[in-house]
Amino acid sequence: MNAIECKDVCFSYGEEGGFAISHLNFSVEEGEFVAILGHNGSGKSTLARLFNGLLEADAGEVDIFGVKLDEKTLYEARKRVGLVFQNPDNQTVASIVEDDVAFGAENVGLPREEIGQRIRFALSAVGMEEYRSSLVSRLSGGQKQRVAIAGVLALKPSVIVLDESTAMLDPRGRREIMQVVEKLNKEEHITVVLITHFLEEAMMASRAVVMNRGEIVMHGTPKEIFSRHEELLTYNLALPRIGEICKKLQAAGLGVRDTLDIEELAEDIAGELTCAS
Amino acid sequence: MKDVAFGQYYPVSSFVHKLDPRLKLVFLIAFIVAIFLANNFYGLAACAAVLILTIAFSRVPIWKVLRSVRAVLFLVLFTTALNVLFYGGETVYAHWGIFTITKEGIIFSAFLVLRIMLLVMCSSMLTYTTTPVALTDGLESLLTPLKWIRFPVHALALIMSLALRMIPSLMEETERIKNAQKARGADFESGGLIKRVKAIVPILIPLLLSSFRRADELGEAMESRCYMGDKHRTKYKKLRFSWRDLLAFLLGAALVTGVVLLRVYLGATV
Repeated sequence: MNAIECKDVCFSYGEEGGFAISHLNFSVEEGEFVAILGHNGSGKSTLARLFNGLLEADAGEVDIFGVKLDEKTLYEARKRVGLVFQNPDNQTVASIVEDDVAFGAENVGLPREEIGQRIRFALSAVGMEEYRSSLVSRLSGGQKQRVAIAGVLALKPSVIVLDESTAMLDPRGRREIMQVVEKLNKEEHITVVLITHFLEEAMMASRAVVMNRGEIVMHGTPKEIFSRHEELLTYNLALPRIGEICKKLQAAGLGVRDTLDIEELAEDIAGELTCAS
Repeated sequence: MKDVAFGQYYPVSSFVHKLDPRLKLVFLIAFIVAIFLANNFYGLAACAAVLILTIAFSRVPIWKVLRSVRAVLFLVLFTTALNVLFYGGETVYAHWGIFTITKEGIIFSAFLVLRIMLLVMCSSMLTYTTTPVALTDGLESLLTPLKWIRFPVHALALIMSLALRMIPSLMEETERIKNAQKARGADFESGGLIKRVKAIVPILIPLLLSSFRRADELGEAMESRCYMGDKHRTKYKKLRFSWRDLLAFLLGAALVTGVVLLRVYLGATV
């Protein structure tokens, strides 16, 4: 079943720039881990807001688990599709971790005991149990963002959409979040849509699409997409350093695979060297 | 800067922390009433004793409570100076020009300073020992009767808790903008009063703009988490009245009665 399906969706902010999203067809299968890549202004954040009705499509329709998103189904859709935003400071509503995680569960009117269980579940899923009664303002960026994910998890969503949720974090915080996201997808079977401009992060996904000017311009497995790096450059997406080295080695005639993993590349080089000698 | 005293919860578990926030709010009001009813030092001493007792049972370090006075330090010094120099009275200690230092002036300023300090310290005790969520829940519960006249109690309580939640974030932001402007050659430390006030403008405008952006993003995040006002909303933390609250209530009642008795039987110092 498709968790999210966009059928010929158009959206514009009513400015002169034209469509932010234009005639987009895109679907995410239940349990999938999809990455949406694109540089600033490619329409990827707009798309995220269309997934749970923060924005309403001008034309076309967005279906969430087969139900068309409109005024009446909005509330149910938001329970099923959780959004995690970019800035950790601007999405926590309470000063104390557990109060913030409880917010969503309180909004949907769950009984107290159930909310308690949801907080425990959500905090343990992101590895923040011990911070339950800490002040949010005293946490690191990565920890704050884990709390934000927990706040979304408390609604027991089937899909989590991360809208550049690692962009404001340091490398360590970024790793923490990616580990959590991978675990949620594998262990809790939550569908993940990862919106990012870091190609390394997209490597974890089972499928990736590239957006440019409100349209999907490339799709395939992350590896397939990386192998077309010249095309990526035209959409203002550069390979990370390790990918570039990989490409240069290939151009020099070394038989290494397309990879963004330093270990893998080292193995391939070692293999090539032993072959040569 | 990050350790701004007011509005910062001090996360430990204690007798005072466990009190019902509604009771704490009422207790604070009672305490403030007592401070204003007290017209002699015995009354203030009774208030101070209750405050010290509260601090002792809250496990909040005393220096933290004392530090909260820093916020009004200027006010305290200013009123003291004014009162000592201009209060007038019979027992004159010194006299130059329009200034007269009298015994009555000194006593009166001491009284006023004590009053202000007690006020500030007891108010900050409330925010040290009560999470913003508990505080707003308490306020919402106390104001429930106003819902009858369609007063938006829930919205008001939410606004208050969000404001408290945003204090540390805005503090950080201010510091960041200030540093950014300093790096561009802005000078906040020299010049007269007017020049310094003018220097604040380049901090204020970016801060205001970013606050709007924050508010917008926060709204989106809240909507995403199914927020629809107080319709069908439940509360995770239920407010419950316990034996602790009864004890605290009795203490508050005793304080107000005590101060009134002291007022009646001992008369005014000032």
